[in-house]
Amino acid sequence: MSATPADTVQCDACPIKCQIKPGRTGSCDRYGNVDGVLTRLDPLLILERTREQGGALVPFVAREGDWEGGIVPAEDLFVTGMGSTTTYPDYKPAPFIVSTAVAGVDMITVVTEGIFSYCGALVKIDTDRHVGAERQLVRAEGEPIGHVDTGQYGSQMLSLGGVNHLTGGTKAEGLATMRALLGLCSGEEVELTVDEGASLVLQAGKPPVINGVAEERMRVGCGSATIGMFAQQWFGLVDEVVVVDDHITGVLSEHQAGRYLGVEPTGIKVKGRRSTPGRYFNVAEPGTGWGGTNLDDPLAILGPFDPKTARPGLTILMVGTTGEHHAFFVLDDDLLAVQHDLPPKLELSVERIRENCEPALTSVVFMAGAGGSLRAGATENPVALTRSVKQRLTKVTSGGAPTFIWPGGGITFMVDVTRMPPGAFGYVPTPALVAPIEFTMRRDDYEALGGHTAAIVSVEEVVARPEATPISDLTDNPWPTDA
Amino acid sequence: MSGAVAATTPDGSRLHLNHGPIDLIIEATGTTEVVAAAYDRAWVRFQPLLDELVEELPLLRRPFGDEHAALRGTVALRMAAAVARFPDRFVTPMAAVAGAVADEIADAMWMGEDRGLRRCAVNDGGDIAVRLGAGETFVVGLVPLPDRPALIGTATVLSEDPVRGIATSGRHGRSFSRGMADAVTVLAADAATADAAATLIANAVDLPGHPAIARTPARELDPDTDLGDRLVTVEVGELTPQEIDDALAAGLAEADRMRAAEAIHAAVLCLGTLVLTVGPLRAAPVP
Repeated sequence: MSATPADTVQCDACPIKCQIKPGRTGSCDRYGNVDGVLTRLDPLLILERTREQGGALVPFVAREGDWEGGIVPAEDLFVTGMGSTTTYPDYKPAPFIVSTAVAGVDMITVVTEGIFSYCGALVKIDTDRHVGAERQLVRAEGEPIGHVDTGQYGSQMLSLGGVNHLTGGTKAEGLATMRALLGLCSGEEVELTVDEGASLVLQAGKPPVINGVAEERMRVGCGSATIGMFAQQWFGLVDEVVVVDDHITGVLSEHQAGRYLGVEPTGIKVKGRRSTPGRYFNVAEPGTGWGGTNLDDPLAILGPFDPKTARPGLTILMVGTTGEHHAFFVLDDDLLAVQHDLPPKLELSVERIRENCEPALTSVVFMAGAGGSLRAGATENPVALTRSVKQRLTKVTSGGAPTFIWPGGGITFMVDVTRMPPGAFGYVPTPALVAPIEFTMRRDDYEALGGHTAAIVSVEEVVARPEATPISDLTDNPWPTDA
Repeated sequence: MSGAVAATTPDGSRLHLNHGPIDLIIEATGTTEVVAAAYDRAWVRFQPLLDELVEELPLLRRPFGDEHAALRGTVALRMAAAVARFPDRFVTPMAAVAGAVADEIADAMWMGEDRGLRRCAVNDGGDIAVRLGAGETFVVGLVPLPDRPALIGTATVLSEDPVRGIATSGRHGRSFSRGMADAVTVLAADAATADAAATLIANAVDLPGHPAIARTPARELDPDTDLGDRLVTVEVGELTPQEIDDALAAGLAEADRMRAAEAIHAAVLCLGTLVLTVGPLRAAPVP
């Protein structure tokens, strides 16, 4: 066995384990030594639909027991744009115009990578904590890369990127923007700050870290919503429920839901700004205590009970909107709340609140517009492709993942980055992001819109190329060539 | 680590198998059921194949000699048997690896004419194992330059010919060559033999010491090569017609010797614009 020379890298992609010298490739030509780093060369990623997804199987692989899962009929292969490379401006036909027969119909998929300077990331952070006021700048590496957008239910929203930050400001701003976008879209951890707001550590699909604290759960809803959802389950088991929340604290006996059920008034007094009956704003300050407030002792938000209505023995459940905090009280002879253990009959409802609090996540949606020159790689008449997309004759995917296409002009799409294969995004020094995009349509529609039919290759030819890398589709994405 | 992968066309007409550097394109002819069963057998045989080879890889990379009696794997044994036909030359069993893999998979599918296949072919990166039932034929397209594919002609194999393997070697493509041929295509009794013979004939197409040919020790390009520090061709400069003639003459002589020893059936040698043949090819130019 020869010793490993210092400048070689060992490839472990297959059992041969080639030792590769700089500038050379291994036996398969798929992997090479690029500056001392083992690099997959221009991989063209091909999604295989796994059998579990119910992909249609040609008869001979359907025999139970014989099948190892390795044989994949060509209609269950979808060539993604990852690694397909492209040119800018795109005056040549797209790198791959792939033909597959699906259910007896010829489908064409135009496979390319887009170079997007008009693109960005929309970030949803599952939290009600204050991350910053709307319109405040969001910064990466100290550079402005976006801003805080209008809040949504249970979420803070950031709008990042865009052509102005990428190319309209200083070079430093553009590079910081591109690096942050690339990191977020690639599922990496990215550190951001919000002017006069929080510091954030965000990673697609993971809990957000706000001012150093990981947000574990979303609230089941505000206090009012919680009353509405669980009133039926409390009725008859407890006299009063207070759901403590940083936004709206709910009180069962006063709330519409409680009154509808016939819950008797209890004489409770809540400190806070009353909205509609049973709904209170600002019972405390924001914090890491009960329901997103700074409260450790929930009784602090209650005033004395009204002696004309309250009675000794009145039972009160107080619970936070994440189900993490709860306490059970009984009024004594002086109408003061005394804490007792939670009765078993109330445990289920408290547990249910907890169960209904979904894990808090950071979600990243990549948004970009497919420009004129990218479309010219698909067809001689670019607007024909746009119309075909709007008419739903052409399906747009990104790395095989489903997209949402905006109404209105252009082909502006959004895609959940967690639905894309790893390594889908790249960059060019403009700065701009590179992302895969695939247009799938019937062959006759492709011809009608002026497609580059002479450049069509079969999917079998693409799969046989040495740089084609099959990966199994482990997502639940709809299959791109399904109707 | 990625494992063995297979893909077929929806009508089941062609099967592609891949594992690491092994890329097979397989076509079998017969009824749908018979073809499907043959592809099944191909896939089953294929899956452990690369691992089997890697187990004996160090021995397979050594010059052919007595120690190769210790080989156990069926593909490894095919490789050794192929290079054993050429005892007077430096050669390691690796010279026959692509053809041997093709033969192994072809035989796994073929299993005798009574299994119902009319013919089948396994193409391992240009090294092809064919199996032909009575009356079947196989037409080979000849392409001298892999990076500028153009068909210069075809050769036809009939079932009564003693040809069941076609292989091409040259200084282009993945493998190293010690000679300067653009391409040498050999027709032989099996693909492993054709593979080894094509390699050796291509090595023989040479102008030793000629300044127009740049060579380098193989190990500088690939630390694991079976060629060790032997010089391999890196670049070939401008050649006069006489030089092309002389280089090919050396290769022709080698091919003639092999044909006389009945190690090969026929060969096509390409260098620059010159194409020479040895033995019966039933060649036809491209119309």
